[in-house]
Amino acid sequence: MNDLLTIADKTFQSRLFTGTGKFSSNQLMSDALMACESELITVALKRVDVNNEQDQMLKSIMRPHINLLPNTSGVRNAKEAVFAAQLAREALETNWVKLEIHPDPKYLLPDPIETLKAAEELVKLGFVVMPYIHADPVLCKRLEDVGAQCVMPLGAPIGTNKGLKTLDFLEIIIEQSNVPVIVDAGIGSPSHAAFAMELGADAVLVNTAIAVSQKPIEMAKAFKMAVEAGRIAYNAKLATVKHHAEASSPLTSFLN
Amino acid sequence: MNTSFQTIFDTYNWEMTLNSINAKTAQDVEFALAKTKRDLEDFKALISPAARPYLEQMAQQSRLITKKRFGNTIQMYVPMYLSNECQNICTYCGFSMTNKIPRRTLTDADILKEVAFLKSKGYDHILLVTGEANKTVGVPYIKHAMELIKHQFSNITIEVQPLHQQEYEELIEANLYAVLVYQETYNRAEYKKHHPKGKKSNFDFRLETPDRLGRSGIHKIGLGALFGLEDWRADSFFTALHLKHLQKTYWKTKYSISFPRLRPHSGGLEPKVEMTDSDLVQTICAFRLLDDDVELSMSTRESETFRNHIVHLGITSLSAESKTNPGGYVVEPQSLEQFEISDERSTEAIAKMLQENGLEPVWKDWENTW
Ligand code: SF4
Repeated sequence: MNDLLTIADKTFQSRLFTGTGKFSSNQLMSDALMACESELITVALKRVDVNNEQDQMLKSIMRPHINLLPNTSGVRNAKEAVFAAQLAREALETNWVKLEIHPDPKYLLPDPIETLKAAEELVKLGFVVMPYIHADPVLCKRLEDVGAQCVMPLGAPIGTNKGLKTLDFLEIIIEQSNVPVIVDAGIGSPSHAAFAMELGADAVLVNTAIAVSQKPIEMAKAFKMAVEAGRIAYNAKLATVKHHAEASSPLTSFLN
Repeated sequence: MNTSFQTIFDTYNWEMTLNSINAKTAQDVEFALAKTKRDLEDFKALISPAARPYLEQMAQQSRLITKKRFGNTIQMYVPMYLSNECQNICTYCGFSMTNKIPRRTLTDADILKEVAFLKSKGYDHILLVTGEANKTVGVPYIKHAMELIKHQFSNITIEVQPLHQQEYEELIEANLYAVLVYQETYNRAEYKKHHPKGKKSNFDFRLETPDRLGRSGIHKIGLGALFGLEDWRADSFFTALHLKHLQKTYWKTKYSISFPRLRPHSGGLEPKVEMTDSDLVQTICAFRLLDDDVELSMSTRESETFRNHIVHLGITSLSAESKTNPGGYVVEPQSLEQFEISDERSTEAIAKMLQENGLEPVWKDWENTW
């Protein structure tokens, strides 16, 4: 079955997006990211030495089928985010940007107001904007309205591996969205990823769970399979739990 | 983003859609019933012939969902026909241009008399209805009528000819709350046969009306098909498809669905397709199971018995004592109706019926006219 994911002008075979932080070595990172067959890999602009063509991290993941997605991690407001995105566009020659604005250094929770402002501005500047946000259904619609090409709601606070704590809101977002929904942050195990896909998420972004596992390469493979399984299950239409109606006197007997 | 419905609609084929509805199995219906969030494929199963043995189960669920979201309340509204002038030919309507009937458009004094009567009955939400006669009842007339009565009603809905976006914006500025616009049938070829002449014969312009309304920022849009013109299953499906598109695109707007069945009128067109009471119940329940929040509306076209029961099955708003002729309440009770109504009980009798059934008639739900 041809079930590709399209965002803006690009199509993806793999619905597993990955990040580059927290790996113990560049080599391990590269091997793990290859093993999971991710085609979209996010890099923190602040971590890349854009002036150094020999940047080891970049070099180790550059492959023809891989798209680098710079993120604005580390910025605290819309202004800084727009600036960072412009730097990234020049340095990495891509107009794609993962918009992350978290002024709070402890939980790294995204600032919805600055994110919306920055998204609007970046769309006008020709960027493909992928905003990292709370699982806030109204914010998702507002972002869609200003032209964001997807939304990336969190499943749980970043780096916690807690899974889909925002489940009720993710369901609403998936139901309402006209743009792809990528569950970002909080996915700690392949079963979480499969669950997100079964719910109808278009993709998931996983980083910590792969990077800090005992065997990142094995874990990367497990995530690849989990995402595929979840997607197939979603397409195959899950049978769900039966919710019995409260017994009461017949409502339709008047029809006979 | 902001694709209009026509683009989506054009990817569907009537026959294939109908076949896929008819191909649904009991297993598909059971799957759909077991879910908490249902999609359009589930909706197809619920309106399919295979769902018929599950009607009671659908009704029970529909009732529970409606109670959870709307409580034990029913919103009351009343239509007021402002004019029976019309430059369209619609095969099913008493106001159709070629029908030789006396035409009348209410004056300010007429409107105020009718309003005084409706206020005395307790109504606070009103639906203003006209045919399509742009010279006499165009936007300036509608706007003027709204301004004349706006302080007497908490909100005003209109059911008039499709307008352009800036015209809707102008009316919203003048306190318009909601617009009802029914596609009649989503079968393009059949639509042409029923609307051979007049502006209404432009299928696409009508199909795009809810998008124009959405863009204008209206609070509420009412959709529906006129059941009896074409296969009710396919028409229900396309209404649901339309609803889903609008909800996703104009997400700040509320939606309601109505279920008019073809009624006798002067010039009488026999329904091509019969929609039985059971069919109608199935459709209403299917919409409720598709969407917890959508308002479902029932007019006086239906019989007493039917309305007494349907208030438990998913319906959230009800009209009563309606007249479908301009001036029908007090000004000129004998003028010709658009169609015959079926439930002739007084407003008081309907309110009493609701209360006896443990439901509260709500007269004012939302104040739009500050
Ligand atoms: S249905 Fe409306 S447009 Fe058609 S003839 Fe009747 S009043 Fe006119």
